[in-house]
Amino acid sequence: MNKNIDTKKIIISNPLKLDCGKEINNFPIAYETYGELNSEKSNAILVFHALTGDQYVSGKNPITNKDGWWSYVVGENKPIDTNKFFVICANVIGGCMGSYGPSTINESTGKQIGTDFPIITINDMVNAQYELIKYLEIEKLFAVVGGSMGGMQVLQFVANFPDKAKLAIPIACTSSHSAQNIAFNELGRQAIMADSKWENGFYSNYKLNPDKGLAVARMAAHITYLSEKGLQEKFGRKLQDRDSLRYGFEADFQIESYLRYQGSVFVDRFDANSYLYITRAMDYFDLSKQYKGNLSDAFKETKTKFFVISFTSDWLYPTSENREIVIALNSIGADVGFVEIESDKGHDSFLLDVPSFLKTLGDYINSTYKVINERRI
Amino acid sequence: MKEEFRIISNLIEENTRVLDVGCGNGDLMKFLQENKTKDIRGLEISKKKVQNCLSKGLTVIEGNAESDLKQFPKSSFDYVILSQTLQAFLNPELVINELLKVGKKVIVTIPNFGYWRVRLQLLFKGTMPVTENLPHEWYNTPNLHMCTIKDFYNFCSSKNIKIFKSIALKKSRISEINKSNLNYKNLDSHLGIFLIES
Repeated sequence: MNKNIDTKKIIISNPLKLDCGKEINNFPIAYETYGELNSEKSNAILVFHALTGDQYVSGKNPITNKDGWWSYVVGENKPIDTNKFFVICANVIGGCMGSYGPSTINESTGKQIGTDFPIITINDMVNAQYELIKYLEIEKLFAVVGGSMGGMQVLQFVANFPDKAKLAIPIACTSSHSAQNIAFNELGRQAIMADSKWENGFYSNYKLNPDKGLAVARMAAHITYLSEKGLQEKFGRKLQDRDSLRYGFEADFQIESYLRYQGSVFVDRFDANSYLYITRAMDYFDLSKQYKGNLSDAFKETKTKFFVISFTSDWLYPTSENREIVIALNSIGADVGFVEIESDKGHDSFLLDVPSFLKTLGDYINSTYKVINERRI
Repeated sequence: MKEEFRIISNLIEENTRVLDVGCGNGDLMKFLQENKTKDIRGLEISKKKVQNCLSKGLTVIEGNAESDLKQFPKSSFDYVILSQTLQAFLNPELVINELLKVGKKVIVTIPNFGYWRVRLQLLFKGTMPVTENLPHEWYNTPNLHMCTIKDFYNFCSSKNIKIFKSIALKKSRISEINKSNLNYKNLDSHLGIFLIES
C-alpha cells in the first residue's frame, strides 16, 4: 500500500530460514522508534503489533493521520513513558507497511509478489525482528510487550532468545490458536478469496483490489474484538439516521453502519494478501507443539520476568488461555505475575482507555524498571 | 501487624524462595523483600489487591489457593506463608495439604478464637465475637472456619504434621508455645504462628 510514505527501513542481508522451508534474504524491515536509548542501552522496549497493527505505535500515524494504535499505552507520560524508555516497533514480515510482504515489489518483475510470497509464521516474524535489534546494537532489551498477536510474538521471542529481555508482558493472547480463532480467521480469508477481484492474489497486476472481501473480513473480525455487553450498550437496536425501519437492506441499524464504516476505512490502509498471510501465521501458532507438547519447555532456559494480562470480557483470547501460559511458567518456577482486568470492552480492551489496565501496566513497568536497575547497582 | 511480620521474617532464612498465599496488598511481601529475600511471589484472589501488588512491582498471580496451588511443582518454594487466611477457606485441610506440597516449610498464622477476649464476648454478651483482629459481623465475615491455637496444634499432631516452631503473640509480647503451656497460650494470645513441615 502507501509506497510514498518515508518509513524507517533496514535491509536484512542475513539469510532467514523460514518455517515453511524457504529462505529469504535482502528483505526490508520497516520500523519506528520513540524516545531515546540511554547510554547503558538498558531502557529499550520492543513492542510487537497485532494482526492489523503497524510500526506506528504512538504519535500520529503518517499514513492514516490518526493516532498511533497504542497511544493510550505508549508516549510521553503514558504507561510506557517515552521520556524514560526507548520504544521500538517493527512492521511484521507479511505486513503491508514497508516490511517484506506480499505487496512488496519484486525487483525482477516490477510487480507485487502477491501469493508467491512464502507462508510465514510467528516464529519467522520474531526472528526477522531480532535482526533489527541486532542492527540497533541492543544487547538486552528491558522489555518485550504486545497484545493479541503481539503477545504471541512476546512468547515466541522469549522462547527463541531466552536471555535477550529482562521482562516479558504478553497481553490478551494465547500460546496456541484455538479452533474458534482459526474458524474466524478462515471466515475472513474466505471472504477475501471469494471476492472476484482477488485474482488468486495477483490483483495488483490488474489494478484491482478485493476491497469488498477484505471489508467483510474486517467486519466479521471486528465483532470478535468486542463483547456482547459492550455492543448492546453502545448500539442496542438504535437506528442510523432514521426514525423507522426502511424495509430494505440498507444499514438501518447503527451497528450495521458502524461495521460498514470499520470495513471501509480498513481497506484503505490494509492489503488483502497481508490479511491472508498474517491470519495464517496466527493459526499456525502453537508454541507448546514446538516444544513437543510441553509449553513449559519453551521457557525452561529463561530468567525473563513475566507479567501476563487478560480481560474479563475477552472471549477471543479468554482468561483461561492466558492462564495456561501462567501455569506453564509456574510449573517451572519462572517469575510470573498475572491479573485479569475487569473490562466490558472485549478483546480490544488492550487498545482502549481501560484505566485499571493502563495504571497496573504502567506502575508495574516503572517499578520493575526501578527494581531491576537498583539490583544491578 | 508489624510484629507478626517480624516474627515471620525471623523464621525465614535469607535469600530463600518464598510464596505468600493470600498476599493481600503485598505488605508482608514488601517487608520480606526489604529484609530477607528478593525471591518472593504472591497469590491473591482479589483483583484489586493483585493490581495494587503489581503496581508496587511485586510478582503476584491472581488466583485461588484452593484451586491454583496445584500448578506449582512439589517443594518449589523454601517457604510458603499463609498469614491469617486459613479460616477463610472452604476447605482448610485441603489448603494445608497443598501448602505442604508446594513448600518445603510452611508458615501459618492463625487469629486465635480461643483468646479470652473472644471467649468473653460469646460468654457474656452472647453474640459472635467482634475484635480488632476479627472485625467482621457474623453476617459479613469472610471467616468460615475459625479455629483456636489449640485446635491447630491438635490438628497438626493428628495429621502427623511436624511443628518446628510455634509462637504465640499477645499485643507485641512474643512467647513459645509448647505442650505444657498450650492451654494457657490458647487463652492468652491473639495470634498463633506455626512453622510446619509434612
